Formats: sequence, C-alpha cells, structure tokens
Amino acid sequence: MIQVRELTKLYGKKQVVENVSVDIRRGQITSFIGPNGAGKSTLLSMVSRLLDADTGEVLIDSTNTKKLKSNDFSKRVSILKQSNYMNVRLTIRELVSFGRFPYSKGRLNDEDEKMVDQSIDYMDLKEMENSYLDELSGGQRQRAFIAMVIAQDTDYILLDEPLNNLDMKHSVQIMKILRRLVDDLGKTVVIVLHDINFASVYSDRIVALKNGRVVKDGTTEEIIQSAALKEIYDMDIPIQQMNDCRICVYFNS
Amino acid sequence: MKKRYLIPTLIILSIVSLFVGVSSISIVDLLDFQSEETQIFLISRLPRLVAILLAGAGMSMAGLIMQQLSRNKFVSPTTAGTLDATRLGILVSMLLFANASMLEKMTVAFAFALAGTFLFMHILNRIKFKDAIFIPLVGMMFGNILSSITTFFAYRADVIQNMSAWLQGDFSMVMKGSYELLYISIPVFIIAYMYANRFTVAGMGEDFSKNLGMKYRSVVNIGLVLVALITAAVVLTVGVIPFLGLIIPNIVSIFKGDHLQKTLPHTAMLGAIFLLVCDILGRVMIYPYEISISLMVGVIGSFIFLFLLFRRKSYA
Repeated sequence: MIQVRELTKLYGKKQVVENVSVDIRRGQITSFIGPNGAGKSTLLSMVSRLLDADTGEVLIDSTNTKKLKSNDFSKRVSILKQSNYMNVRLTIRELVSFGRFPYSKGRLNDEDEKMVDQSIDYMDLKEMENSYLDELSGGQRQRAFIAMVIAQDTDYILLDEPLNNLDMKHSVQIMKILRRLVDDLGKTVVIVLHDINFASVYSDRIVALKNGRVVKDGTTEEIIQSAALKEIYDMDIPIQQMNDCRICVYFNS
Repeated sequence: MKKRYLIPTLIILSIVSLFVGVSSISIVDLLDFQSEETQIFLISRLPRLVAILLAGAGMSMAGLIMQQLSRNKFVSPTTAGTLDATRLGILVSMLLFANASMLEKMTVAFAFALAGTFLFMHILNRIKFKDAIFIPLVGMMFGNILSSITTFFAYRADVIQNMSAWLQGDFSMVMKGSYELLYISIPVFIIAYMYANRFTVAGMGEDFSKNLGMKYRSVVNIGLVLVALITAAVVLTVGVIPFLGLIIPNIVSIFKGDHLQKTLPHTAMLGAIFLLVCDILGRVMIYPYEISISLMVGVIGSFIFLFLLFRRKSYA
C-alpha cells in the first residue's frame, strides 16, 4: 500500500497541492481525476519522487520513500510521464532493455533478457521490436513504454495521462492492458485521467482533486454519482447505466 | 556503417596518410633506423597521424555526448560555445603566465571549457521554448559573445596574431613533443564508453532517468567534464576543428540510432576517417603546399550539414 500523508507543494506562494492524504491499495487501479490545475500530476510526481514535497511524507509498504535509495526505489515504483517530447532514436527492444537498468546498469544477464522478451511478448510488440520509436504511431509508442515498465518489474506503476494524444481504439487498448496488469500480474496501477468515463469503466477506486485538495476519495460506485461529480466539476452530469458500465453524459450538461 | 567496413577503411587511410608528404618515404627507407626518412617518419608523420585519429575521434565523441545530454541534434562544441570558451581560457592562461607550460594552458583552458559548457546547459534549462534550431542559435550567440571578449583582450594585450593560431585547426605544426596532450583522450574514451548507457538514459530526460533510479545530475556533469577535457586538449594541440562534432554523430545516428553503447565506437571511427580524408585532400590538392584542416572540414562539413538539414525537413 502507498500511504500519502499530508503532502503539500508550493510553487512560489501558490499551493498546488495542499495537505493531501490518500491511501492507494495494492492490486487495484486507482484513478486521479479532477479539473485542469487540480494538482493531479504534481501529486503523482511527488509520490514517484520526481518532485520533492515541501511538507508531508509518502510511505510505501510502511517504509518512508525518502529512506529508500533511488536504485531500490526504482525497483518498486515506476512512473511514466506524458512523453510528447521524445526524439531519441532507440528501437523498441533497446527501450525495453532500459527497463532493466535498475537491476543491471545496462549489462543484461540471461534473466534480464528473459524479462525483456516476456515484456515485449506481453505487449504484442515482437514483430516490430527492432523498429525505431520515431517510426511508430502514438499507440505503439505508448505500448513500448508500458513494455519497458513491465520489464522494470515494479509492484507499483504510476502513469500520468497515458491516453494523451491517443485515438479511441488505442485508448481502449491501453486501458485494457492496464486492467490485465492488475488482474493477471497483481500490479498496483495509479493513473491520472482526464476522461471520467475511462476512470468509471476501468478503475477500482477514484480520487478526485480540486484546487490542490482531495474532494472525493472512494470506490468507483461512490464517486460516479451525479452529486459527487457536481462537487468536483461544477457540472450537472447525468449517469447512464449501460451493461455493466456507468457512463457520465457530460457532453450537453 | 558497419565495423567491418569502418576498420579496414581506417587502416588503409592511416597508411596512406603516413606516406603522403613533401619528402617521399618508402617502406624500404624505414628499415634503416638512422636514415633521414625514418626521422621524418617518427618526428612528423606518425605524430600527425596519431593527432588526427585522436582529434577526429575525440571531437565527434564530444559532439555525440553533448547532443545526447542536451537532447538536441544540433548542439556540439562548435554550436554551444565550448570552443569559444576554450579559446578564452587559452588567452587567460597566456596573459596570466608569461611563458605558460602546456599543462598550465591545459588546466586553464579546461576550466574555461567546462565553465562555458555548464553555463550553456544552464541557459538551456532556463529556455522554455525548446525549438530544435533555436537552441543552437542561442549557443552560437553565446559563443560569439565569448569570442568578442577574447578578441577585445587579445587586442589590448597585442596577442591577436597568436590567438588566431588557435582559431585555425592545423596539423602541419604537429610534431613529436607538441601533440602528446591529445593522449588524454584515450582515458576519456574509456570512461565515456563505460558511461554510454547512462548517457543514453540521460538523453531521454530527467524524469525518465529518475524513474530508472539514475542520478541524472551527476551523469550530466561527468559527460560535460569529458567534453571539456577533449575540447581543451584538441584546441591546444591542433586548434579549432569546426563541424566535426556536429555532423559525424548525426550521420551515425541516422544509420545506427542513439544507443550510445552501440554508436560510440562507430562515431569515433567515422570521425577519425572523416578527418583523415580531409587532411589527405588538404595535403595533395595544392601540393607541395597544404590547405589547413579547419578550412577543409569547414567546406566539406558545411555541405554535409546542409544536406542533413534538408533531409531532416523531408522526414519531419
């Protein structure tokens, strides 16, 4: 379990994240939702140690993350940020191999190679493993990055808006993969999402942020309610039950 | 772009380089250790070849590391102010120590090269608008400012002529006793190769590096120290060689990608080959005189650079 305790982050005098406490449970998908500028990405960056918090602490399986060496931390928590700026020419296989960096520092042994092979197979990238990243479509590239994270073999996988710039088909594909990572491999996934319907359909728990504070924290059924959404987004959003999915119809509200 | 083509090419060109020159030397002459030919061979030809190989490999590698760390394909010692900072350092060492020894010059030049490169990277971090062409432009402006400071003080101290010697890369002055500083590139090559994977990771950004548990800052700093060491040694011994650090890594990147562990040896070899070709051409074109290496590299290099720019556009 990741326990976020009273995290605060200031940019200048502005509090972007204010006294946030959240529990992220093992073996689940937890989505961070909320309007622009709510502090979702900043929170995720602090949990993953990309940013230092001004006050507060993060415990991972009861250990304070500050006490972990960066190399050990990178074997337990991985983070993927939006990678819209990427002009390094690496092949998929080379990229995925770097997922083993915390273990091997680039000199891969047999076990590392096996992990790399498995990750590439798992993401169905075997045929194109020698293609360069800059020759791929957005969806393929995102899959390559997720393959790298799988090779990194961490219990916790954090993703910052992984559906950015992806079309519907690839968005669904990525979300299904994340679901499989949780259900089949027992990973714990935390995602920052913009589309509440993806959050509704694929996550177990939802944490809603607004102006740097947690406004709602609960199971998907508890949060995907018109009243709760009104509080988060200031919009009247009707909910439609379709098959097993609860869909928020926000387009004309 | 395979090793089995690069290595034989390098060897053949090296042999050609050894036997091109005003005084003709044949292999038979070399059998007599006391002959004049053997002396020329050992005092001039061999040092020249070694200097070309080390400078060519070194400058290309420095460019490759800088491009990776700055995440910009157009950054190199030429376009980031490193060369200009080095020249300023040489001037300062000449003004501070009346008869500066090679080691004193090297230390001061290295310190300036390092400071200049750090300053450029700092400016780079501050720039919000990270356009591929904009960044090297900023670097060139930065270099020109440093260069004008150098010129100003060189003029006042009446050492302009002396300084312009460092501006023009020239291998004809390379002789036994004047080029040995370049051997510093050999340990630098080894360290760079050991760090190749870390440089590749750093090239994917700070967040990416931190995710993999790598200490981004210290890797970048080590890379910049290596670049400054090579640049200072090359400028001090043969002078400024423009474009080399820019075009060679780009050519290799097109064929082999950006995985440094795989591309570093190719980059070093292609850099040495390119410089050898330029040097041999410069020596035979107006034989028995010779065209300076920076002119040769400048002319050939700018054409290749233009070609790369246009090619890049058609792929974008």
